[in-house]
Amino acid sequence: MEQQEQFDWKRYVIVFFITLGLFLTAIYVSNYFSNKKVAQLKNIQDTISIDILSSETQYSLLSELSCKNVSDSILSSELADLGHKIEWGQQNIGTTEELNYLKNYYSLLEIKDYLLMKKISAQCKVKSAFILYFYTTAQNCSECEKQSLVLTGLRDKYPDLRVYSFDYSTDLSAVKAMLNIYKIQDTKLPAVVINEDSLTGFHPMEELDTLVSASFKLQEAITPAVNSTQATKATKNKK
Amino acid sequence: MTSVSSTIFFILTFLSVYVQVFFLLTFFEKKRKILIRKEHFELDEYPGVTIIVPCYNEEKTIVGTINSLLDLDYPKDKLKIIVIDDGSKDNTWIVIQEFTKKENIKVIQKKNGGKYTALNLGLGYVETPFLGCLDADSFVDSQALRRIMTYFKDVHTMAVAPSIVVDNPKNILQGAQKAEYDMAVYNKKMLAFLGGIHVTPGPFSIFRKKVFDDLGPYRRAHNTEDQEIALRMQENHYKIEHCPDAYVYTVAPNSIGKLFRQRQRWIYGFLRNAIDYRRLLFKKKYGTLAFFTLPSGIISVLSVIFLFIMFIYNITHFVIHKILQIQMVGISAPSSFRFDWFFFDTKTIFFISIILYTSVISSLLIGRKMLEGKFRFSADILYFMIIYSVLAPFWLLKAIFNAVRSKEASWSLERDVGVVQIKN
Repeated sequence: MEQQEQFDWKRYVIVFFITLGLFLTAIYVSNYFSNKKVAQLKNIQDTISIDILSSETQYSLLSELSCKNVSDSILSSELADLGHKIEWGQQNIGTTEELNYLKNYYSLLEIKDYLLMKKISAQCKVKSAFILYFYTTAQNCSECEKQSLVLTGLRDKYPDLRVYSFDYSTDLSAVKAMLNIYKIQDTKLPAVVINEDSLTGFHPMEELDTLVSASFKLQEAITPAVNSTQATKATKNKK
Repeated sequence: MTSVSSTIFFILTFLSVYVQVFFLLTFFEKKRKILIRKEHFELDEYPGVTIIVPCYNEEKTIVGTINSLLDLDYPKDKLKIIVIDDGSKDNTWIVIQEFTKKENIKVIQKKNGGKYTALNLGLGYVETPFLGCLDADSFVDSQALRRIMTYFKDVHTMAVAPSIVVDNPKNILQGAQKAEYDMAVYNKKMLAFLGGIHVTPGPFSIFRKKVFDDLGPYRRAHNTEDQEIALRMQENHYKIEHCPDAYVYTVAPNSIGKLFRQRQRWIYGFLRNAIDYRRLLFKKKYGTLAFFTLPSGIISVLSVIFLFIMFIYNITHFVIHKILQIQMVGISAPSSFRFDWFFFDTKTIFFISIILYTSVISSLLIGRKMLEGKFRFSADILYFMIIYSVLAPFWLLKAIFNAVRSKEASWSLERDVGVVQIKN
């Protein structure tokens, strides 16, 4: 008996190339969107960079004359949002060279924002607290994962709290300088710096909560005569 | 670990898309050859056909099944019906005896021995050049036999499989199966074009008697004798056709438990028969069956299992993360949610999944077009996608587990095959 169709290799080869074509199209479309996302990140970063530079310049120009104008342009939530997007991008788009570069740039912006905000906070009597958080992605750090969750929870609780996250393995001299200043070692990660005190290992919500609220109270004690209207306005702008 | 799993994932999805493209390419190439007849026609000759109806505890459906055979638009003197009660414990025997008044119906009662023993007993009484069987939970369309017989004009055609349609779906589960059966009609026709059919289904596949004279009777074949006989025919290069406009209506399982048992039996049978006939795999002389049908069946089993494991892994990961979050921060309302397209997943696999799902839905719609004459989108398709994604991994896993342990999936127990009574 005969089969109705002779076995033909051609069909298998043609189907293979069509399938390959479909896969390549899928890869191309995916890359297209990934590139769009990276471009979006670059845009956000440039905007924030200009914002910070502008604030720094304003600050230098006006010095203590006007606190009101200086606070307007600093948007901490944008910086946090950018950090979140870069992290998501590294997990979902892949750790590309471009994303690494953006991450380095982001760390630099964080440091600049931290230094500027500290100055503004001290000079303009804006109620704020700062946490520097050091983690690692180089090895599986379950404590870091827990610590990140705690810090996210704290940030939700205290909108005025500014958390700056730094990947230990970031290849940037400014970050390395921070690591040196606070004597952070890779064997003791995660590490949190709050009120210039460096805490290594995991620290639960309650403990950090106490420290953060103490930090806010400390500021209130130092500056009892803060112009409340001005502080409220600054806070609003930050949000 | 992640890179290994994503490599496996890519390979399996590539092969799954390959299977769909293979079918679609065949469809576009051969669609003009798909024969769907609406008008009545006469055959040059009407050869004798015997239909064997094995039944086991089918008192509720057997009357409808036999009546549908009696209503076939085929000369009565050319059609013989043999109803075999395989030791039913209900009133099947009493019910089928009503039909002994009909000249062309023979009823036989035997001790329970399994479906294939009933079929083989029936084979012994076949005197016509053609024969078929009909499961007692199925009903034939009156034109089915006439349409099937046209395919035997080709002297090389040794068997013809019909299109099986789910009869009157009453719940979502049956609706989902209807969608699946519609897709199977398309897949089967494409396989028929390429000579790669691996099942001649229990409901109303018609054979030349020569098949059994040459190749021997049905075998137990892990309770899927309809797969085994098709594989045996393929091994011997016996041509199997598919008649898309010969409709056979079957009652689909109406509960998850019944569906689970049926599918577990089918998949188990497929796996065991594939193992038994592994000598056919990738042998050029066995063509499409060796290079496409059997491998694609194995690929689909592996893909579903792998996807299921990935799904469980991701869900577990998500739950652990949530528990950790609650432990660390306590239960709190999520901070204000704002849609940002940035977080929309645009990984390659997302677009490949779109391709895969689109091709599956296209197959389903083409199958429906072959059956109903038009492309029709319905909720059944969604039921099918959702229900099968959730349930299929379980029956596949159970079937694989049983296949590894060589544990038979039950249709009915094999015992004595002896005839008790024959009437007419």
